Amino acid sequence: MTTALANTTPVEPVKPRKPWKTPTRTFLNFIALFGTAAGLATAITVATPLAGGLGWYVSFVLSLILVTMIGSFFYGVKKMQDKLATIVLAATAATVMIPWVSLISTVIRRGSKAFYSGFLTHDMLVNSSDDPLNVGGVSHAIVGTLILVVLASVIAVPLGVIAAVYIVEIKGRAAKAVRFFTQAMSGVPSIVAGLFVYSTVVVGLTHKYNAIAGALALAILMLPTVARTSEEVLKVVPRELRDASYALGASQFRTTFKVVLPTVRSGLVTAAVLGVARVAGETAPLLLTSQYFVKFSTDLYHNPIASLPTYIFGNLGVGTDNSVTRAWGGSLVLISIVVLLSVIARVIGGRTPRSR
Amino acid sequence: MSTPIVEHRIITAKRSTVDKVFRGFVASGALFSLVVLGLIAFFLLFRGFQIFKDFGFSFLTSSKWDAGSGDASQPAQFGVAAMLVGSLVVATIALVIAVPFAMGVSLFLEYYVPQRLRRLLTSLLDLVAAIPSVIWGIWGYSILMPYAKGWAKSLNAWFHWIPLFKVPAPIFERSPFIAGILLAMMILPITTSVTREVYSQAPKDQIDAAYGLGASRWGAVKTVVLPFGKSGLVGGAMLGLGRALGETIAVYLVLNLVFKVNFHILASAGGNVASLIASRFGEATPYELKALMAAGLVLFLLTLIVNFAATSVVNRAAK
Repeated sequence: MTTALANTTPVEPVKPRKPWKTPTRTFLNFIALFGTAAGLATAITVATPLAGGLGWYVSFVLSLILVTMIGSFFYGVKKMQDKLATIVLAATAATVMIPWVSLISTVIRRGSKAFYSGFLTHDMLVNSSDDPLNVGGVSHAIVGTLILVVLASVIAVPLGVIAAVYIVEIKGRAAKAVRFFTQAMSGVPSIVAGLFVYSTVVVGLTHKYNAIAGALALAILMLPTVARTSEEVLKVVPRELRDASYALGASQFRTTFKVVLPTVRSGLVTAAVLGVARVAGETAPLLLTSQYFVKFSTDLYHNPIASLPTYIFGNLGVGTDNSVTRAWGGSLVLISIVVLLSVIARVIGGRTPRSR
Repeated sequence: MSTPIVEHRIITAKRSTVDKVFRGFVASGALFSLVVLGLIAFFLLFRGFQIFKDFGFSFLTSSKWDAGSGDASQPAQFGVAAMLVGSLVVATIALVIAVPFAMGVSLFLEYYVPQRLRRLLTSLLDLVAAIPSVIWGIWGYSILMPYAKGWAKSLNAWFHWIPLFKVPAPIFERSPFIAGILLAMMILPITTSVTREVYSQAPKDQIDAAYGLGASRWGAVKTVVLPFGKSGLVGGAMLGLGRALGETIAVYLVLNLVFKVNFHILASAGGNVASLIASRFGEATPYELKALMAAGLVLFLLTLIVNFAATSVVNRAAK
C-alpha cells in the first residue's frame, strides 16, 4: 500500500479554465479599436475645422464606426452589422449624457460663485438683484418653496393614494377610467394648471396672489405622480395578506388601513417624495399664482410668496452679471434639493417601480 | 350508482355599512382627477368665452396678437395661429432628435449593458427627469445656445437651398432649432422610460429562438424586439410630444416669440402657446387676459388629445 502511494508521481495540477472571463485577445482588440479611433479622432480634430471637445467626440464616434467597419469586414456582413449596432447604441447612450454632465457641472461651477456665508440665511428685502454678491440671499425662496411643496403634498398625497386604493383595492367599475384620467392629467401643461388656479382661486375667491393658490396649482401637477407611484406600490402587496385579514373577519376598510397601507408605508413615502421632486422646480404655474416676494415670509394668505424657481427666473430677467450669478446660485440650491429628494425617495423605497 | 354533481357554489357576503361608506368615499376621491380635468376645461372656456365669441374661428387662424390701444382707433386683435404652428414646429424638432436617441438608449440599456450598470443608468435617467425646466432654460440659454448657433450656421451654410434651413436675416440666436434641441434633451427621460418598459417585455422565448437560429445580438433585437416595441415607441414619442407642447419656461428663455407663422427653423423667430401665456400674463389688459385663457384652453385641449392618444397606445403596448 505504502509503496503504491510512493510510486505515484506528483501530478501537475490542472489549471482551471475560466470561460466567463473576457479573453485577453478580446480585451486587446478592444484597446486597439479605441486607440486607433482616438488617434484618428485627434488627427481629424487637428486637420479639419471640427475643433474643441465636442468636435473631438464627434470625430471619435465616426472613427470608431469606421475602424469597426474595416476591422470586421472580413467576418461578413452579419458580423459587421452586429458590431456597428453595438457601437452606435453605445454612442447614443454616451451622447445623451454629455448635456447632463455639462448642466450639472455648469450649475455647480457658476452657482458656487453666488455663495457666501449668508447666502442661505438672508433674503432680498433690502438688496436689489444687482447688488454685490456678498449681500442678500435665498432664505426667503427656500422657505417659500418648502411651504409651497408641503401645502401641495397635504392636498395631493391623500388624493393620490385614494386614487391608487380605488384602482388596486376596491377595483371599482370606474377603475380603468380613473387610471386613464390620472395618466391624462399628468400631461396637463404646468402653465395651464397655473392659469386654471388663477382663473378660479385668484380671480374668483381670494383676489390676491398667495401661497395657497400656488400650492393648489402644484397639487394638480403632483397628483398624477403620486397616484401612479402609489398604484405600483400597492400592486406588490401579496394577496395572501388581504385574504388572511378577510378570513379573520375584518372589513375591507380595516384591511386597507391596518394591513395594506402599513405594509407599503415606505413605498407611499417614496411616492410622496417623488411627487414633491416633480413639482419643486415648477416655475410657470407659480408666476401666475404665488408670484414672487423679496421678503422672508411665512404668510400663506396675505401676500405673494417667494420660491426658488421664481427667484431664478426673476434674477435671470434682470440680466446683469450679479443677478445672473444669483440665478445660478439659486439653481444650485434648487437642483440640490431636487436631487436630495430623489435620492431620499430611492433610499426609502428601494428602487422606484418605474426603474424596474 | 351515480354521484350527484355538486354544484359550484359562489359565496358572496353582504358588505357592511362601514365598507359601503368607505368604498363610496374612496370612489368619490378617486374621481377627483376627472373632476379637475373637467373644471379646467370649463373655467378656461368660461373665462375665455368672449374671445371665441368675438373672434370666432379666426382666433385659431390669425397670427395677430395686439392688445389694442383701448379705444376704437386700434382695436384689439388676437389669434394664436403663429404660436400654435410654432409649438408644433418646436415639438416636432424635439421629437425628430429625441426619438432616435430614446430608441438607442433604451435598446442599449435593456439588451447590451450588465444589470448593475443598467440600474445605475436608469436611476440617472430618473434623476435627469426631475431637473426643473427653469434650470434647463438657464443652461440652454448660456451654454447650449453658443454651440447650437454654430451648428445652425453650418446647417444654413450647407443646406440653405432647402427652404426649411433658409434665414431671412443672419441672426441665429433664439431660434426654433435651438428650442427644439433643448426640448429634445428635456423629453428624453420620459420617452426613454416608456420605450424601455415596452422593449423589456419583448418575448424572451422568441429572442432565444432567434439566438438558436444563429442570430447575432443585433439580429435578435432587429427581428424580435424592434417589431414588438413599435407601438411602445409611438406611445413614448407621443407622451414626449405632449410634454414638448406644454413646456413653458425653458422655451420662453431660448425662443424669440414673434407673432408670425415661421417655418424657417434656424431663424430667430418662433412661437409657443405656453410661453405666450407666460410672457404676456404680467402686463395683460383684462381683455387680453381673456384671450390668454382662450389660448390656454386651446393648449389644454391639444395636449389632452395627444395624451389620450399616447396613453391608449402605451396601455395597449404594455399588455
